Amino acid sequence: MELDYFIRNFADQFDDADISVFSAKSAFRDIENWSSLTALSIIAMVDEEYDVELKGDDIMNAVTIEDLYNIVISRK
Amino acid sequence: MAYLEVQNVRIAGISACVPKNIQVSINVESQDYDTDQFIATTGVREKRYSEDFTSSDLCFFAAEKLMEDLGWQKDDIDALIFVTQTADYLMPATSCILQDRLGLLQECYALDITHGCSGWVYGLSSAATLLSTGMMKRALLLAGEGRKRSFSPPDLLFGNAGTVTALEYFEGEKSFQFHFGTDGSRYDAIIIPDGGSRNRFSEKSLISVEIEPGVFRMGIQSRMKGMDVFSFGITKAPKSVKELAEKFKLDLDTIDYFIFHQANLMLNEKIRKKLKLPEEKVPYSIEAFGNTNSASIPLTIVTKLGTVLNNKRSALIACGFGVGLSWGTVAFTLNDPLISNLVEV
Repeated sequence: MELDYFIRNFADQFDDADISVFSAKSAFRDIENWSSLTALSIIAMVDEEYDVELKGDDIMNAVTIEDLYNIVISRK
Repeated sequence: MAYLEVQNVRIAGISACVPKNIQVSINVESQDYDTDQFIATTGVREKRYSEDFTSSDLCFFAAEKLMEDLGWQKDDIDALIFVTQTADYLMPATSCILQDRLGLLQECYALDITHGCSGWVYGLSSAATLLSTGMMKRALLLAGEGRKRSFSPPDLLFGNAGTVTALEYFEGEKSFQFHFGTDGSRYDAIIIPDGGSRNRFSEKSLISVEIEPGVFRMGIQSRMKGMDVFSFGITKAPKSVKELAEKFKLDLDTIDYFIFHQANLMLNEKIRKKLKLPEEKVPYSIEAFGNTNSASIPLTIVTKLGTVLNNKRSALIACGFGVGLSWGTVAFTLNDPLISNLVEV
């Protein structure tokens, strides 16, 4: 599982997002258009692409996209 | 394993009652999303909402309508089960009050079930089991949510509805097949923490506290860990359907309709896609009525299927999931059921 692929999947959950603003170290809550509803899309994407169940605390405790990536790979 | 098969019972009819008052999803006030995002995610364009009716009021009106449509007499009913999270009183059971209000005989089994989104499936299993020996002949399953116990901030997602499912003993009818699940470790995913005997009502119960950034709730108001519930729903609901199908050797292609608890459109679509179900077999009522808790499955049947079910046998699977956390799935047949027109009060 590639970090770059995860970042692309993450970016796909945003409407009209500029891909260049997404990187491993991006603090995802600071990305324009992030909302608590986007979090649901991220949970659905991780379930679909990686068959991993993300919980609310996982999202709340993570800061960067890479933090979430690390949670996902630790459960694969 | 929590499977159950119940025979010799049929659903004679289903009705639903909603408040006339329509609340449209406009000017959604949130710190982090707008109206378009809210509708795109939840699917809720409008819902029915009123401070005037309790859950039992809405179910009462639906019951009067269904009994009239079916031509059932008040002394025909041997059992009444009422499913809600918003009983009229902390005690006694609201089902007892409904026995009297509906004019049913005192020779009547009455039971409250405190379940939310999975509640219709649990109530159905209880009612069907009661009738399956043939000693009791007819039962009413009432399921709904009306106004809340205490004043709460305007709610965007949840709507009001009361429903009634009429069941009767019918020898030789195809069986109901159930699967159930419970995860009490996540009991606080949806909770009203104060006012029960664990956390008694006190002055502190009325203090509004920031439970997550920008979200304030009193102890007597309900709160939901939305992300956890979402994650739970997309995982457990499709799994439960698959387990039921495997246990009872059901071919999902032969099922006419799949009625899922109307939780949130994104969540429901996720479930549908996971199970590879065609859109036309999975009706939604959430756009017009919001998330109506235990009423959502029968409300969807009444408002989206209705006369489509007339004069034929239809195979359905229904799945409820939510507060508890609790989930249940049932495969059943509707054999020319009477579906009442929606009651609006």
